[in-house]
Amino acid sequence: MIPTRYRSSVFLKAAMAVTGAVMVLFLIMHMVGNLKAFEGQESFDAYSHWLRVVGYPAVPEGGLLWAIRIALTVSVVVHIASATVLALRARRARPQRYQTRKRVRQSYASRTMRWGGVIIAVFVLYHILHLTVNVIAPGGASDSPYERLVNGFQQPLVAVFYIVSLLLVGLHLQHGLWSVFATLGASSGRREPLLRGGATALSVLLIAGFMLVPVSVMIGWVS
Amino acid sequence: MNLTLRIWRQKGSEDKGRMVRYEVADVSPDMSFLEMLDVLNERLTLEGEEPVAFDHDCREGICGMCGMVINGVAHGPEVTTACQLHMRSFSDGDTIDIEPWRAKAFPVVKDLVVDRGAFDRIIQAGGYISAPTGSAPDAHSIPVAKADADRAFDAATCIGCGACVAACPNASAMLFTAAKVTHLGLLPQGQPERASRVVRMVDQMDAEDFGGCTNIGECAAVCPKGIPLETISRLNHDLLGSLSGADAK
Amino acid sequence: MTASDGSHAPMTPMPLYTDGEPIADTKAPAGPIEARWDERRFNARLVNPANKRKLTVLVVGTGLAGASAGATLAELGYHVKSFCYQDSPRRAHSIAAQGGINAAKNYRNDGDSIHRLFYDTVKGGDFRARESNVYRLAQVSVEIIDQCVAQGVPFAREYGGLLDNRSFGGAQVSRTFYARGQTGQQLLIGAYQALSRQIGLGNVEMHARTEMLDLIVVDGRARGIVTRDLVTGEISSHFADAVVLATGGYGNVFFLSTNAKGCNVTAVWRAHRKGALFANPCYTQIHPTCIPVSGDYQSKLTLMSESLRNDGRVWVPKKAGDERPPNEIPEDERDYYLERIYPAFGNLVPRDIASRAAKNVCDEGRGVGPGESGHRQGVYLDFADAIQRLGRKAVEAKYGNLFDMYARITGEDPYTVPMRIYPAVHYTMGGLWVDYDLQSTIPGLFVTGEANFSDHGANRLGASALMQGLADGYFVLPNTVNDYLASGPFEKVDASHPEAVAAEEEVRERVRRLLSVDGDRTVDSFHRELGKLMWDYCGMERTEEGLTKAIDRIRELREEFWTRVKVTGGGEELNQSLERAGRVADFFELAELMCIDALHRTESCGGHFRAESQTPEGEALRDDENFAYVAAWEYTGTGEPPVLHKEELTYEYVKMTQRSYK
Repeated sequence: MIPTRYRSSVFLKAAMAVTGAVMVLFLIMHMVGNLKAFEGQESFDAYSHWLRVVGYPAVPEGGLLWAIRIALTVSVVVHIASATVLALRARRARPQRYQTRKRVRQSYASRTMRWGGVIIAVFVLYHILHLTVNVIAPGGASDSPYERLVNGFQQPLVAVFYIVSLLLVGLHLQHGLWSVFATLGASSGRREPLLRGGATALSVLLIAGFMLVPVSVMIGWVS
Repeated sequence: MNLTLRIWRQKGSEDKGRMVRYEVADVSPDMSFLEMLDVLNERLTLEGEEPVAFDHDCREGICGMCGMVINGVAHGPEVTTACQLHMRSFSDGDTIDIEPWRAKAFPVVKDLVVDRGAFDRIIQAGGYISAPTGSAPDAHSIPVAKADADRAFDAATCIGCGACVAACPNASAMLFTAAKVTHLGLLPQGQPERASRVVRMVDQMDAEDFGGCTNIGECAAVCPKGIPLETISRLNHDLLGSLSGADAK
Repeated sequence: MTASDGSHAPMTPMPLYTDGEPIADTKAPAGPIEARWDERRFNARLVNPANKRKLTVLVVGTGLAGASAGATLAELGYHVKSFCYQDSPRRAHSIAAQGGINAAKNYRNDGDSIHRLFYDTVKGGDFRARESNVYRLAQVSVEIIDQCVAQGVPFAREYGGLLDNRSFGGAQVSRTFYARGQTGQQLLIGAYQALSRQIGLGNVEMHARTEMLDLIVVDGRARGIVTRDLVTGEISSHFADAVVLATGGYGNVFFLSTNAKGCNVTAVWRAHRKGALFANPCYTQIHPTCIPVSGDYQSKLTLMSESLRNDGRVWVPKKAGDERPPNEIPEDERDYYLERIYPAFGNLVPRDIASRAAKNVCDEGRGVGPGESGHRQGVYLDFADAIQRLGRKAVEAKYGNLFDMYARITGEDPYTVPMRIYPAVHYTMGGLWVDYDLQSTIPGLFVTGEANFSDHGANRLGASALMQGLADGYFVLPNTVNDYLASGPFEKVDASHPEAVAAEEEVRERVRRLLSVDGDRTVDSFHRELGKLMWDYCGMERTEEGLTKAIDRIRELREEFWTRVKVTGGGEELNQSLERAGRVADFFELAELMCIDALHRTESCGGHFRAESQTPEGEALRDDENFAYVAAWEYTGTGEPPVLHKEELTYEYVKMTQRSYK
């Protein structure tokens, strides 16, 4: 049995904050790596390969990558599991809904955390199948990750799906990032505007970085 | 002015409620919202109908007894209590929807009256400083920095009305709980029980079936006493700190 | 009307009251006043700690006096059952007190002392309070602050981290501790938290949304109460070894007052009907700075802190019926009447004097605000000078929250248009008669806080109500109730006892009666009418003629109430009309007693001003020779003449003088 204190709503939220932060760190790395696409196919594919051998021979080949993958998987599972428990609790907490409801302060981002999160999960799954494990190959399969990427984003539907999903990730981050600090007890009256501003700025930067690739492929800068 | 009210009527906790429409004429803009309901109730009584039950007591915004969701907002369009809301905030011909606080932890007793006993139980679980009468040292034996005393006061102004729960999309009681944790946690007298207090209060809060906090901020936006959202972050800080602390049970 | 048979009008067949035996407090020790409380505590018998657990004390009311008593008695080891009509003990009306709490700490080194607080309180009470009680109050005041700070009450502090003080209500020393404009709230939350702790520990059994409707007296002792669960309507009895009433004052007899809507006299009145004497019912305090009535839908009055008079100037137009807006009335056509009549104290004269002066100028047709010309009820409280002198910023910092409240209620901006204020009923000094132990004339029935009559005489000083409530609950009662309980154990009583059965049946019958009238007038319409009668004839100024008229009218109205009131709904559910009906029914009986008391006391003193007893300048004139006593009334039946028992008041330490603020 899990002790009460680890089942408390505050602890579950903290778990979401920590795992969310892990995922954000990964996203930053991921986004920077993506930008290699602008250096051409060779550079991008080399980077892709480097990810698999980094740390070798100190760690087995692919070891560091797997460590990251495991950390990420654990984070995703804990994040979603906590979110599910909390969402169910929240639903139970108000069995009878209001007839009339007006929003006073809540942002669009904060309101869409739950279903936004679900869509993001679907997107991530698609993204992994597409570009990581090479199961889906819209626009044509290839052994070169660079080619898979370009082939995929040349399909307008795929590119738009990526762009919309990225916007959702951005919204999720805008509220999620500030929420990490609030939940871990690091926010205060004075710091709150700073944290909120920082969260928005980082989200915009990150998503802009991510969008650069599909947009560039779409308009033909990268081919 | 003339108004149309749509009020939630529910005979008892077991009944299914519904919105009932009433027309109220000749409302003065200087009336308080509750006085406007008084006028309606006087009429209903004379017509042999049961008046609308609603909680109220001091009618000066401090006891925390009144509370209703007015047009979808806890305590209505102004940031104050329902009793301090005046009819000049509305215009002739308006339709006003009035509902009780809705949360599993606040079951409806009748019409707009809900049971907020859960709040009392959260305080009973640890929202105090153990200082039996007679045991106190001289008031000046512990100086308290003015800034801390002022911030503790700001948190202590919570009136326990429950608007935070009513407004929260998760029906969370975090702002209420955090206000007390902050009030006592900022004062030197509150330090010995600081860790155990927050653990016990949060446990009780969860046990009462409130939802969790997702930092949305609706609570602080409707709080008639302006309890800031940062108190929640303080609670989180204290709770997470207590997980490693020795005095948490 | 000083005739002892009380028959003022030969036409009235029945006298208004009859004289009874004098009464005396037998508990206060003699000897030096400083040592009396010590001596009493030493002489009071104690209860063995092992026996305390077996003793139950009922505490009705959870305001400052009730919550503090409940928490402290439970800490001592008694089994406590606590009751309040609100949904939570945290909501009692002590919460609305704004100004502060007095204590003779002398932290300011400005000449304050226990003796000075004692002296000021006796004098402020216009020499109608007991010296022993007041001295003890001043002594205990010091410990209250310590206790509250230890509980975490966030009093205002200086930059050095020590407690701040202010002078309040015209006191010449700074002895008032405060928490912004919400001192009552913070003190009550402190007591509520202490009570909650005991509830959590299982030492207090809390009954919220429960109203006391009768007292159970067995063999002459208070042994329990009959209550109605306000949610289910269930009527039940609770038994105990002692009963504490901490149910507050009865200002709501006036319908419009600064009290909470639910404040009522029922618990106290039911105890009075069961034999507890009611002392000085006519002593009511009218607070000068309230927001005026704005229409006939008005449900309550809101107090604006007395501190406003520190910087605001009170005035009305010189000319009656002046229609101009205030800003268009030139300086020389304004009458700053308080500054004119009382040059020494000016706008800071005590509450009763400021109130009456406002009434006088309005009676002259010089009132301001909305309403019919010549009948307006309001005076200006003008901050234009203060804003010019200190700057708007400074005024905002000092009074910002009050100005906001005023603007929200009236829709006017007090920074540009003078505030309008008018006196309103605020506090009742009268209450159940208690001895030095706070025990009423029914053994085992203790009364604390505003519900008793004890410490304020005929007029209460600002910031003293909080002090008295907490003194009674934290320190006095827990040190005197043991003396009574030590005389036990008392015979076990349960619901089958004939007295309990009778009391419960009486309560049920009353509920049935209220529901069965099914007339054509609402409870509130009766309450409003009663309130207006009381305000007109037993308010700021009382006359023999008016009071006599009022008594007749109250009796008629009471009869009418029982034949025409309409209460919808049933008894076995949440029924707010039924709750109010029961309370108003008791207010009728109280109102009559208040008028009789006011009629018999032909002197003016404190909050009681008889037009027949004034100096040539129109100031209150006390009659110490004939009225230096507490009037304790015994109930003999509804509409029957009550019996007057007098407790002589003697002053050994403070010389009786006429108050003067000229």
